[in-house]
Amino acid sequence: MSQVLNTPPPTASSASPTGDAAALAARYGLTVSGARPSLPAYVRQLWERRHFITAFATAKLTAQYSQAKLGQVWQVMTPLLNAAVYYFIFGVLLGTKHGVPDFVPFLVTGVFIWTFTQSSIMAGTRAISGSLGLVRALHFPRAALPVSYAIQQLQQLLFSMAALVVILLCFGVPVSASWLLVVPVLTLQFLFNAGVAMVVARMGAKTPDIAQLMPFVLRTWMYVSGVMWSIAATVKNSHMPHWAEVALESNPAAVYIDLTRFALIDSFHAHQLPHHVWALAIGWALLAGVGGFIYFWKAEETYGRG
Amino acid sequence: MADIIAQDNRPQDSAAEAAPAAEAERVPTVVADRVDIVYRVNGTGAGRGSATAALNRILRRKQSEKAAGVRRVHAVKCVSFTAYRGEAIGLIGTNGSGKSTLLKAVAGLLPVESGKIYTDGQPSLLGVNAALMNDLTGERNVHLGGLAMGMSREQIKERYQEIVDFSGINEKGDFITLPMRTYSSGMAARLRFSIAAAKDHDVLMIDEALATGDRSFQKRSEARIRELRKSAGTVFLVSHNNKSIRDTCDRVLWLERGELRMDGPTEDVLKEYEKFTGK
Repeated sequence: MSQVLNTPPPTASSASPTGDAAALAARYGLTVSGARPSLPAYVRQLWERRHFITAFATAKLTAQYSQAKLGQVWQVMTPLLNAAVYYFIFGVLLGTKHGVPDFVPFLVTGVFIWTFTQSSIMAGTRAISGSLGLVRALHFPRAALPVSYAIQQLQQLLFSMAALVVILLCFGVPVSASWLLVVPVLTLQFLFNAGVAMVVARMGAKTPDIAQLMPFVLRTWMYVSGVMWSIAATVKNSHMPHWAEVALESNPAAVYIDLTRFALIDSFHAHQLPHHVWALAIGWALLAGVGGFIYFWKAEETYGRG
Repeated sequence: MADIIAQDNRPQDSAAEAAPAAEAERVPTVVADRVDIVYRVNGTGAGRGSATAALNRILRRKQSEKAAGVRRVHAVKCVSFTAYRGEAIGLIGTNGSGKSTLLKAVAGLLPVESGKIYTDGQPSLLGVNAALMNDLTGERNVHLGGLAMGMSREQIKERYQEIVDFSGINEKGDFITLPMRTYSSGMAARLRFSIAAAKDHDVLMIDEALATGDRSFQKRSEARIRELRKSAGTVFLVSHNNKSIRDTCDRVLWLERGELRMDGPTEDVLKEYEKFTGK
């Protein structure tokens, strides 16, 4: 029996049957299993799965705190505690607040908006590599995963925004019509986040090490994005080369953070915004959103190889 | 008598040529052409610690993967077969012989290393476990699982009661509104099977799904599988239970160490297989 078992695999030297199998498949209209669909077909498939995408995001969000005694209260508590820590370190200990009016609303807005981008990207790195079981069991356009994780973070952000409104009112920031600008800003930021999440999802699927590296990249990014200090105030008082100034100000995270501050806080004036800020916000969103989607789609058929 | 594949270098070649001439009415649904599947496993650096192995891997990208500490597991080796409409095909073989891997590749879920798999429509694997979340209630998992399989919201609403009744979760009280982590393993398995079996499929692949639940549930699921078979074009069944293979399948593929050892009528292949496993 054993000599049969140990027979070497058939060698490929004999005439290849590829032609016959392909011809047979073509005659009956069979298609290659697991082939990558065309871009328009891919978009259509993704749209057909929109209910799955949102249901998956909501499920993840509710499952997150379902074992905690306080349950969903943590949705609001977590961002508040985060803001408190940053206030203690940067507001009280380091005294970054000098020269920034309404420092607490300024800081908390920065932290919440930054957290949205940060956690979308972190979740993106594990979107494929952390859901291999799902990818290997069911059929759906894989872009559903990073998009779903970005939506989960968007839902999380909406809880934070509710907390933010309370903080703003407590610190005497008046309600104004400009608050409505938050809607287009967050929409653009969501597009940007989802796009970057798809890029890192593809990288993380191929090289899971990205997830180990990403926290350091993100922390550096946070410190240069003016989350807990004012870029405009710092730039004014320093002798920075012009290109560094432009680079600081057109950094996408800084753009979305400053636009949200401009929308919400009355003491944050338009002259503190960089030039062409809306063009930058739209440009980053389109570049990351469309570019990231195409980049992710290009490797669609390879996800799931472990 | 079925031919023993291991002794024949080009088994499907001749079969594919013979098919159109002899039985022109047989419509193929799955054509696998010299399929190889390889898993790559990182971090198995032998002996000298995997940190050095990892560095090696980065520095010497182009060098052989073996030297760099990546283990290649050749799970399926040069497997070719053609499945036709109306067939129920069993997959047998000892543990780790590549049965589930082959099914996943046919479903398009696992990329092949070389070779091609052609299919009619979208084959689906009967299994939804990975989409379900233990912290959610059974009710929400039914919705989530249905959506993950590609059912529409209306279809799920329509079949919801059917799924719950079939699973029998609510026979002992209102358990469907409790989180799945509170279920016993048998209850969870029953709910998973019920969700997975709620959808109709063209090419259906079942991976040892029959062995869940208590006796009465097993009977119910076998009946459901027969129903699914009627509506599906082709059924693949992976099982270690030779009796359930005999009951359901008319053709059997025998995989051993990733190679297709035998392909033929159920009785012939099972006889050889039972001799091999020493029954």
